[in-house]
Amino acid sequence: MLELNKISKTFGRGTVNEKKALTDISLKVNKGDFISIIGSNGAGKSTLLNAISGVFKVDSGSIILDGTDITSMSEHKRAAQIGRLFQDPMKGSAPSMSIEDNLYLASGKRGWFAHISAADRREFRERLSMLGMGLEDRMKHPVGLLSGGQRQALTLLMATYNVPKLLLLDEHTAALDPATAEKVLDITRTVIEENGITCLMITHNMQSALELGNRTIMMNDGEIIYDVSGEKRRSTTVEDLLTLFKEKAGEKLSNDRMLLA
Amino acid sequence: MAALIQTAVELGLISSLTVLALYLSYTMLNVCDLSTDGAFTMGAAVGAVVVLAGHPYLSLPAAMLAGMVSGFITAILQTKMGVDSLLAGITVNTAAYSVNIAIMGRSSLLNLNSADTVFSRIGDSLDGSVLDPMSKLILITALILFVMICLVAFLRTRLGLAIRATGDNPDMVRSSSINTVAITVTGLCLSNSLTALSGCLLAQYNKSANIDIGTGMLTIALASLLIGRLFFRNKGVGHGIIGAVIGAIFFRIVYTLALRLNMPAFMLKLVSSVIVILAISGPYFIGKLKEMKEVRDNA
Repeated sequence: MLELNKISKTFGRGTVNEKKALTDISLKVNKGDFISIIGSNGAGKSTLLNAISGVFKVDSGSIILDGTDITSMSEHKRAAQIGRLFQDPMKGSAPSMSIEDNLYLASGKRGWFAHISAADRREFRERLSMLGMGLEDRMKHPVGLLSGGQRQALTLLMATYNVPKLLLLDEHTAALDPATAEKVLDITRTVIEENGITCLMITHNMQSALELGNRTIMMNDGEIIYDVSGEKRRSTTVEDLLTLFKEKAGEKLSNDRMLLA
Repeated sequence: MAALIQTAVELGLISSLTVLALYLSYTMLNVCDLSTDGAFTMGAAVGAVVVLAGHPYLSLPAAMLAGMVSGFITAILQTKMGVDSLLAGITVNTAAYSVNIAIMGRSSLLNLNSADTVFSRIGDSLDGSVLDPMSKLILITALILFVMICLVAFLRTRLGLAIRATGDNPDMVRSSSINTVAITVTGLCLSNSLTALSGCLLAQYNKSANIDIGTGMLTIALASLLIGRLFFRNKGVGHGIIGAVIGAIFFRIVYTLALRLNMPAFMLKLVSSVIVILAISGPYFIGKLKEMKEVRDNA
């Protein structure tokens, strides 16, 4: 489904700030995989997702998505097949435009000169009601008036409106309060399961890293240092992960927002 | 006095096209297009040349096309050639000076006194009727209404929404698989075509096109836009467009009244600059004051 072949990226090459962000990363993701990614600050987790979604081009290596080489494809073209959510709930929608306007752009419906039709509105309403947040009755409201949790749920709906081949989640619940985070995570799980979307999710929550999905990878210093799935993963505990990290990286796992419970 | 007000409304409506252009580029796309003055003059120059060739109606689309080319260059400079957006506008503006003189046949002034303009055509067809003294107003109003309706409809299309979203949150536009570069280019082409149309109409209204006709237009239009925003705060696109046109007319009427109260005409540009500064820094200072008050209240 997704194949990373020895991709590397160095920022600020030849300057005092030179930083090797990704080193020869290879990863094979199978169709329907739901992978959680953990690691210290600066381990390269977000950089990895940025490389896949095309925010920058990698220095070497290749990225294959569903049989197509997308290594040199521009960000907006990749976006047709890759959905993405960030930690910042403000990043995924246009604040001064209404909910239906945002959805219309995300839905990519029809031609450039088409307007939102009554049928579109019915469809938006139906999809919004699945979020269970009452957004279906506020379709004309500017998105800027929504709470962080509502905006993140809307962004999730927008990112998966046309089922993407790949969904990239970058700590998308980290900025929300615990109850809202739980709700958004529930919606995420439902959307992914219902549509069989392949997903990579960065999380700072060690427990949900092990509970959600079918595979967990650990990153340190621009490399993947541990990759676990199946039976072995089911018997792994948070303590095991922490011990493993210390063993492999030679230091303690440290993350500003890390949750062990 | 009534005649003076009528003239002010006519001039306000003509400049409202430039205000609508800024509504597109400044409010929607979040680009401060400093090439506005040059594009305005280019519209006047191209329009005047076509009028002198004997095609008054053709002058309008011709001017719009010229504005589109100017906007295209400004947009390509800032999206594809690494030129900062403000610098792109300034350089195009400067270059436009030479281009405009060349368009006007190496002259800095074209006289349209004896030429057939869109206004003289409409005046002729209404000759002798009760509407005759209003012919210019009718033509301009009809034209602006048409542009406004088209613009409202356009901004609700997918392309229009993409233009609005590009200024609001370009990341979101890219993740909707839309090329923000193409959207910016389209938006600036469209806005500059309106600016040029505005210049073309003013030249025919004044019966002359000169190289300075567009000087200060950006500031005047920006002042009008910001005044118009006061009428409809935080409302939808339709209100924004009506606000822009009302702002332009309001600005022109206030200016006319100020002239009646013996303000010298050369003060226009100072006054418009002060309005822009007040409209932008006013809310900034109000915000600061509120912040200070909160700090004091919490202390």
